Amino acid sequence: MNAIPNQPLLEVRNLRVEFPTRRGTLLAVDDVSFHIAPGEVLGVVGESGAGKSLTGAAIIGLLEPPGRVAGGEILLAGRRIDQLSYDEMRKVRGAQIGAIFQDPLTSLNPLYTVGRQLIETIQTHVKLTAQQARTRAIDLLKEVGIPAAEQRIDHYPHQFSGGMRQRVVIALALCANPKLIIADEPTTALDVSIQAQIIALIKRLCREHGTAVMLVTHDMGVIAETADRVAVMYAGRIAEIGPVREVVKNARHPYTSGLMGSIPSVGGEQGKLTQIEGSMPRLTEIPPGCAFNPRCPEAGERCVVERPDLLPAGRSSAACWLYDAAGVGRKLRQPQTVPEAVNG
Amino acid sequence: MLAFIIRRLFQGIIVMLAVGLVAFSLFNFVGDPINSLVGIDTPLDEREKLREQLGLNDPFPIQFGRFVLNGVQGNFGLSYRMSEPVMRVIGSRLPATVELSLVAAIIALVLGVGMGVFTGLYPRAALSRIFLTVSLIGVSLPTFLTGILLILVFAVWLGVLPSFGRGDVVSFGAWTSGFFTSTGLRALILPAVTLGLFQLTLIMRLVRSEMLEVMRTDYIKFARARGLTDRAINFGHALKNTLVPVITITGLQLGAIIAFSIITETVFSWPGMGQLFIQSVQSVDIPVMATYLVLIALFFVVINLCVDLLYYAVDPRLRFDGSKGGH
Repeated sequence: MNAIPNQPLLEVRNLRVEFPTRRGTLLAVDDVSFHIAPGEVLGVVGESGAGKSLTGAAIIGLLEPPGRVAGGEILLAGRRIDQLSYDEMRKVRGAQIGAIFQDPLTSLNPLYTVGRQLIETIQTHVKLTAQQARTRAIDLLKEVGIPAAEQRIDHYPHQFSGGMRQRVVIALALCANPKLIIADEPTTALDVSIQAQIIALIKRLCREHGTAVMLVTHDMGVIAETADRVAVMYAGRIAEIGPVREVVKNARHPYTSGLMGSIPSVGGEQGKLTQIEGSMPRLTEIPPGCAFNPRCPEAGERCVVERPDLLPAGRSSAACWLYDAAGVGRKLRQPQTVPEAVNG
Repeated sequence: MLAFIIRRLFQGIIVMLAVGLVAFSLFNFVGDPINSLVGIDTPLDEREKLREQLGLNDPFPIQFGRFVLNGVQGNFGLSYRMSEPVMRVIGSRLPATVELSLVAAIIALVLGVGMGVFTGLYPRAALSRIFLTVSLIGVSLPTFLTGILLILVFAVWLGVLPSFGRGDVVSFGAWTSGFFTSTGLRALILPAVTLGLFQLTLIMRLVRSEMLEVMRTDYIKFARARGLTDRAINFGHALKNTLVPVITITGLQLGAIIAFSIITETVFSWPGMGQLFIQSVQSVDIPVMATYLVLIALFFVVINLCVDLLYYAVDPRLRFDGSKGGH
């Protein structure tokens, strides 16, 4: 509304999330910076444990203890929100940042009607009478495409199908018209045919409301379909970030290239699917230098010593020494011949 | 819904008949009832006459049928020991046990749920640790020992509460109540605490573990993500989801409280049904024992029926099962 043009809606600077454990502190999110413009859809992809969901949880202030934000800043419309008290942050959640979780089957309280849950959420954030809130709840249900909303509002979650429940969850996230929605794997638990509907719905709602979305997923197809920009995360860091077409067509980071090569395409003339050898390191065993170096076909001497930050690479940015003037140094392995030898 | 209630009532009747059968067997298998009725020098032909009079020579099903029919009408025969109708003997003792059990159950439920919610929400708080430690004692000490220790502390050392009896009672027709006199209330405290302590700790531990579990569920996370207040989340969303198992256990425990009152009533010389039962066992007063058995079974059946109905009130998923599904 009164945001200055070009000011990002959400800005994350050097975010670090730590988990203190008995065997030392684990750094689950390490120096992550990105921003989301008003109305923009940022996709965040990565394998399980790459830190993408934790980044989302840190933004809405719902990291599960003992996890905690150990450094960096989170700004929403220019205001720092990472240092707010629990109660101040509670007023931000739902009102300014909505959230959609992975499993619509478990996101709703089974003992209350969807109407009660909607009205409760609306009245928490907006001053409305019960009757007005109910009218608004029905409007929301209609908006997310639930037929016969006037009757369905008094039904319990178990009376809805999975796809319909996710629509209810989206309606709940939109209750107070937030400026940003963090959608954590919103389609993972759904049938493929329904996934497309839910993605289309999220896209349409965000266009109509001007809501920005941080779409966390491991499904590159969903990202390509929906996002304006995409951030690829690996072992707690952003490996590459850029416009979605650019990242999909001209992946800069070797990890992203590997990721794109492993996606089957329908009707494409693509030959064999490639596979990235090995697996993402555990947080306790992140190698020195670039975290991807043990699996990287391009890795050089510099990669095992020095850790790259995001460097400009075409229209994207990639955390890879390939885009530094000094390069990666002498190559560690011969391309293409390595895979068989790695595990042996 | 109605079909469900009818089905449950039917099941309850079957349970009651089964218990009735066991109770009835007492008469025939714990010694010869004629021996209990007549003196040792009664001649054999008189015994045989009496046997014929009482219908003891009839086939077993007919005798059992007669027992059930009389029982349904509240007629369980005469107490051997007191030569009074059993129902009148038990009826005079019933109020004492019901009041004691009721107070014990309320103590257990209110404190148990309250402490359980607190320890579930703040598992690391110092008070939670204290509650848990104390509850361990409550779970592990046998009821009679708790009772004797309480008597030692509050009646013998401190001398503030009576150690036996029911105090003064007020009569309301057939019902006698100790709620309306100060001696009655004071006499109630120690036995009620003794009887309720075990159930209290059980309920507290149950609520705590359920609460810990529910707080980890997605819908609680989602409720937080929607910015609901802590009060709405803790008491509106979380507590209600812990209720189904708590209702189950509390229902069963309420039955157990009434049944277990035998021990507490013995320790505190509480003039209730439990004490009556012990005295009846000592004097082989079979009609009273059989009736007590039937009565306790009736309590359990009725409580379980109430528990099932409460499920319906709490959990909508149970209300809509069956073919209709969505409507």
